[in-house]
This record gives sequence, C-alpha cells and structure tokens, in this order.
Amino acid sequence: MADNGKTISELASGIKSGEITARAVVESSVAAAEKLNETLNAFLEIDRDGATKRAATIDSTSPLAGIPIAIKDNICVQGMQTSCGSRILGDYHPPYNATVIDRLLSAGAVVIGKTNCDEFAMGSSNENSAFGAVKNPWDTSRVPGGSSGGSAAAVAAGIVPVALGSDTGGSVRQPASLCGVVGLKPTYGRNSRYGLVAFASSLDQVGIFARTTEDVARVLEIIAGRDLHDATTADVPVPDYASQLSGDIKGARLGFPKALFGEGLDAEVRASVEAAVNVYRDLGAEIVEVELPHAQYSIAVYYIIATAEASSNLARFDGVRYGFRAEDAPELRQMYRKTREEGFGPEVKRRIMLGTYVLSAGYYDAYYRKAQQVRSLLKQDFQKAFERCDAIITPTSPTPAFLLGEKVDDPLAMYLNDVYTVTANLAGIPGLSVPCGLSAGRLPIGFQLLGGYWSEPTLFKLAHAYETAQPFTERPPVHAD
Amino acid sequence: MPITEVDVEKVAQLAHMEITPDELKIFAPQMADIVAYVEQLNALDTADVQPSLGGLTPEGETTDSAREDTTAPSLGQKTALAEAPDAASGHFRVPKVL
Repeated sequence: MADNGKTISELASGIKSGEITARAVVESSVAAAEKLNETLNAFLEIDRDGATKRAATIDSTSPLAGIPIAIKDNICVQGMQTSCGSRILGDYHPPYNATVIDRLLSAGAVVIGKTNCDEFAMGSSNENSAFGAVKNPWDTSRVPGGSSGGSAAAVAAGIVPVALGSDTGGSVRQPASLCGVVGLKPTYGRNSRYGLVAFASSLDQVGIFARTTEDVARVLEIIAGRDLHDATTADVPVPDYASQLSGDIKGARLGFPKALFGEGLDAEVRASVEAAVNVYRDLGAEIVEVELPHAQYSIAVYYIIATAEASSNLARFDGVRYGFRAEDAPELRQMYRKTREEGFGPEVKRRIMLGTYVLSAGYYDAYYRKAQQVRSLLKQDFQKAFERCDAIITPTSPTPAFLLGEKVDDPLAMYLNDVYTVTANLAGIPGLSVPCGLSAGRLPIGFQLLGGYWSEPTLFKLAHAYETAQPFTERPPVHAD
Repeated sequence: MPITEVDVEKVAQLAHMEITPDELKIFAPQMADIVAYVEQLNALDTADVQPSLGGLTPEGETTDSAREDTTAPSLGQKTALAEAPDAASGHFRVPKVL
C-alpha cells in the first residue's frame, strides 16, 4: 500500500480528512513489518490483532491518531513482550506501560510491534541480540548499528514513520546514522525512564527515530516532561517543538571541533560532514572552531561508568521474580549463578564483570571515581564551548555501516564506534543525528548536532534548515511497497 | 597490573555468575585489553576535580521529586507473581537457602 514511507504529517492529514483510515494505515504497516521481517529481523514481536483492533477505535482528532509506531524491546508495553534481546527475560510480559508509552497511546498512536536490539542495549551492531542480528535495509550483509538497530531499520525501510529506542552511549544516533534516518537523544531528564529497562541509569534516555526532524519533534512534544514515576525527569516546560522548526538560521553559531575530524575518521564520512558544514555556511551560519580537550577520554570514561551502573542494575535478573530460571540448581546461590550464566550473552557478562571489577574494593578510586572526575572535566569542556556557539557539529559514526561479523570478536574495536556519541550521554546534553548523504557504496552517512541542556529547539531548527536545503530522499533497496 | 584469569574468576563470583573454562580463556585477555585502555585516564591530573554524581542537569537537580506521603494503587499480589518462574501460595518460591 502507498501509506508506507509517509511522514506523520502526511498520514495525520490523510486520516483527519477521511482520505485514508487509521485502520488501513496500521494494517499496511503491520503487513510491511511481517513481510520485511524475514529479510531484516527487525521485529521480535508484531501485534497484528492488538494493533488493528486499536486502530478501529482511534479518535481522529488526537495528535498522533492512527500513527503506527515501533518500540524497542527494552521499553515496557502492556500486553506485549519485553525481552531486551535477552534470553534471561525471554517472553516476559510487563504488567504496566512505560510512561512514554502511556503518553503515545493517549495521543492516538498505535504500537505495531517490539523491535530487536542488542541484549540490554549493550552493543553497536545489534549482533548481541539473543534472537539474531538485525540486517541493514541498505545492504543486508551489513549491521544496522546498535543497540536500537531494529527501530532504525523499521523506520528506514518505511515500515513505520517513527520508532522509539534508548540511547545510553549512542544507541539511537549511531543506528540512525547507519540506516539513513533522523535520531534524537534528548537532554537527560527530558523523557521519563519509567518502564525503560535500566542499563546505565545516569546515561539512559528514551530517544526517537523518524525520517524527518519534524516527525521527531512531533513525537518528543508528546512524550517529554516531568513524570512522578521518574525522579530524574526535570521540571522544565515542554515547548511545541514542531511549530518552531522553520525560519532562517542566519547568524547561528555552529561549533566545529577540528580535532575530532582527524585520525580514525573514514574519508568519505569526513568529506560528507564537511560538505554539511559548508551547507550551513551557505545558509548564513557562522562556523566557529571549538575545542573539547577531554573528548578523547570519553570512551574510557564511558566504559567505566556504564559498566559500573550496569553491574548494579542487572543484579535484579536472578531467576526469582520474572524471566528465565536455570533448572537443576538445588541451592539458591547456585540457582542465581546458573541462571545468570545461561541467561546472559557474552557481551552482557563482560560488562557486568568489568563493572563489578571497577567498583570492587581497592579499585573504586582508581577507576570509578577517576572516571566521574573526568566526566566533570568533559562537562566543563562543553560548557565553555557553548559560550561560543549554539550547537556543535560532528560525524555521528566514524564509518558507514560495517559488515556483519566484522568486529564481533574484538569488543574494544566495537566500543570505538561510539567515539562521537558517548560524550552527549556523559554530559547529559542532547544530540541529533541527521542523514547527509550516501557513500560510494550507497551506505548512509550522518552528522550529529550537539547542543546545551534543553536546546532541542535549536537542534531541530538547524536540522530542519539542512533538510530543507539538502533533502535526503534516497530509499534503501529493502523498503515497504 | 593486567587482569588475569584468577581476577576474572573472582569477579564472576562477586557478580553471581558461573563462568566456564572456555569463557575464562576468552574473557580474561579481552577484559585485560579494555582495562589497559581505560587506564589512559591516569595520565590526567584530577586532584582538584569534583567527581560528577550522576547525569542530572542543573534544572534536574533543583526539581523537587518529593510527593505526598499517601497510598496509591499498586500491582497487587496476583499480578506481581504472574511472571515468576516458580510462584507458590502467594509467594516467590526459591531453592533452599542453606
């Protein structure tokens, strides 16, 4: 059907005018998900019955009336599974909705399915899912990025106009870049984490994928804001993001951290992002060189803090209250150990052990405290930079999508994929990845905009200006009809 | 000091995870690599730097997250037990502790 591949605004106006029905839109989305899943493995559950039933009861005046949406399988949706891509949760069915889901449902959105991801959101390629890797719709021999690879692939392939993921170190922005869609990691405390299965609590934020900045903005204004179930949500008003997109950006100051465009950056990615910088210059933005002297330490800081928090958060998976329990363990401690041995995959085990190590007696000051100190230095870097500019532009990922299996045996090489994205999580600032072209091998490239706390409106406006000047209209070979 | 197989075994025990001899052989050098990589932070003098305490923005820090101390509906016993691998008589049943 022709509804697939459309934006929220196109679908919403069609539904409001009666030209198409919510039911037809949702059915077409579900059919595309079912058909393309054989190729992409993007969905772990597709809820045909629930989604079509719900679509029939939608009030067409709601802001997201009848908009089909896909949700990463670490965000709780009542009536559907939440596996986190892990055997230890398997077909766990949460008894409640995440706050962001309640808000989407109140706005009329229809959840069509749960998307595949790296186990407990730990990974940059989706190969750490216990249920098989997601394939990139641009080239199915390549990774879609991770950890929210299923959500990115579902949007890129035109199955849904919008999807939610979670971003702890780049898990929305990096797959968005590798799949050629827009991806947002909001300011820490912008979105509620209630019902998002915790990985690293001081870094996790629910993020949004869409094909346009406008659609990201439309969804953010629905899901953002204070939530009494999450004490880390901030009491900061939620603006009408989507109504503030247009207007010229003449005089906007765009920070260019030259040092981050050096070693390790793929030549095509560099050329493409530098071309985007030139587009901004032509649009009247002032390009300002900025320095982030501690950015080079961000991966080291991240893999101490994120693993430490993960080792604590994942202690809850013990085979007692929910999920998988190992058999043949007649004693309690033995049951814990066997359950966790059989239930977790290798990357999760590695991170739990690293986190346990850096927090263990005698090492806490040397690793964890040190990392939190360098995190402070990184925050100061950004604070200083944002005195001189309104946003900073960087690549999102150092390379386009790599081959499945290429980095799977070298965890450290895999971690270095996140070099441009982890800084935003450590500093708590928002980051937005925007597609800016294709490589010679027809793989998407994205740039990232970083801004100060609560600067989402600025990032959206800058991204929208770029999209208007340089629309990215290419479609991947694997795409809904 | 590089991480050894003995360290990894000890850490697995602290984390309540069994670890197979094969896993030990894979994990020990990988973890040693990663720890050696993060030790680059030692090059920085941070004696006078306050550690960050979490991810909150200044606005998040000043947000009052206290609520009225009143009762509110909760899951209830039946729902809370519905996903348990072994629920019995309104409780979570576990293997013997001693």
